[in-house]
Amino acid sequence: MKPLAAIIFKDIVIEMRSKESISSMLMFGILVLIIFMFAFESSGLDKTVIGPGELWVAFSFAAILGLNRSLAMEIDNDCLQGLLLAPLGRGELYLGKVASNFTFMVIAEFIVLPVFFILNNLSFDQRFLGIVGITILGSLGIAAVGTILSTISANTRMKEVMLPILQIPLSVPVVIAAVEATSQILNNEKPEISAWLTILAGFSIVYLTVSYLVFEFAVEE
Amino acid sequence: MLSVITMLPALYMIFLFAPTEATQGNTQRIFYFHVPLAVIGAYGSAILLFTGCLGFLLTRDLMWDRFAACAAEMGVVFTTAQLLTAMMWAKPIWGTWYVFDSRGTLQIVLLLIYIAYFMLRAYLPDREKRAKLCAVFGLLGMVDVPINYLSIYLFRTQHPQPVISPGGGGVDPDMGKTLLVSSIAIGLLYAYFFVRRLTIAKLEEEVDYLSQVAAAHE
Repeated sequence: MKPLAAIIFKDIVIEMRSKESISSMLMFGILVLIIFMFAFESSGLDKTVIGPGELWVAFSFAAILGLNRSLAMEIDNDCLQGLLLAPLGRGELYLGKVASNFTFMVIAEFIVLPVFFILNNLSFDQRFLGIVGITILGSLGIAAVGTILSTISANTRMKEVMLPILQIPLSVPVVIAAVEATSQILNNEKPEISAWLTILAGFSIVYLTVSYLVFEFAVEE
Repeated sequence: MLSVITMLPALYMIFLFAPTEATQGNTQRIFYFHVPLAVIGAYGSAILLFTGCLGFLLTRDLMWDRFAACAAEMGVVFTTAQLLTAMMWAKPIWGTWYVFDSRGTLQIVLLLIYIAYFMLRAYLPDREKRAKLCAVFGLLGMVDVPINYLSIYLFRTQHPQPVISPGGGGVDPDMGKTLLVSSIAIGLLYAYFFVRRLTIAKLEEEVDYLSQVAAAHE
């Protein structure tokens, strides 16, 4: 547990000094919401119909922005070498990175979420809490798959372009499940939500396990 | 050669032997291409790609890397062909080229993963590193397929339910025979392409190696 905490602590300190990751994700997320507002304002569509899709487009694209920074930062300054030399398993390194990426994503999303509610004129009731829960589950899935993919993409010649190409097809189940769960909460329907939550949780568990096992190959020199 | 020999009777059976379907007419005949392409081409490639990636990570033998790369390439070709047959069928029958139903969406995601696998290969110049990172990505991508299927299945489905699986409605015996022959033909075609591609990949690698040696001598 200790090495894991050390990695998270290191990333939080870097983030507090540079403020690059959270601020870029936050700005990007809000911009996406505003663009959607312009695009759909005149359509007269019900906010609870387009809202969930809008929210998860903002979240998943903003996450890619933050994930891109997370590993590129280590590789640019040859910090990855240091991390690999540190006395901790590769799997632990991966989990630590997931934890810090997840933390930054959730912080940015918790600021975007109220903006989403305000822009769409939704009231802050139980639904808000429900969506907070789905955001946490969905972000864990995106962070689990995104951390290892950003490690892979950071090794390629076109770092920033490669990550979305790798990540978007793989995170389709998270996006579908999160959008469906969000829309059921917004519309106050509860019948099928447990199935979607199971998919979200299952996705995170599967990817955390598989990536924990194969992360070694992704960072090996 | 074997593939040509089976392809001819398959074509005969598809167009002349099999009875015309009552409601869909001749359009239904595309089914004999579509189903083998999907099962052998798209899903078969997924299994081969998974095997290749896992094989490489376990043994570190570059042969498995070539195996995975060929599987992904075949996946792109066969999945594209299969999506095209789907669209040709869907336009007259459903009145639309594409519908976001479960299997169709899964195919598109699968195609995107195959293509992403290729782009990743193209942007990794170093041979060893390419093999390793692509194997990791291929493995992650193929793990995604069952989860994807589950989520899309829950999402919605408009695809005709499988008629030949247990619990399906069953087909006319002549249709069944036709499907069997066309599956064998497409399976052999797939195997032929796959083996040839594997040989070519090996030769390409040897050429690469030799040109590096030659460059080092100059």
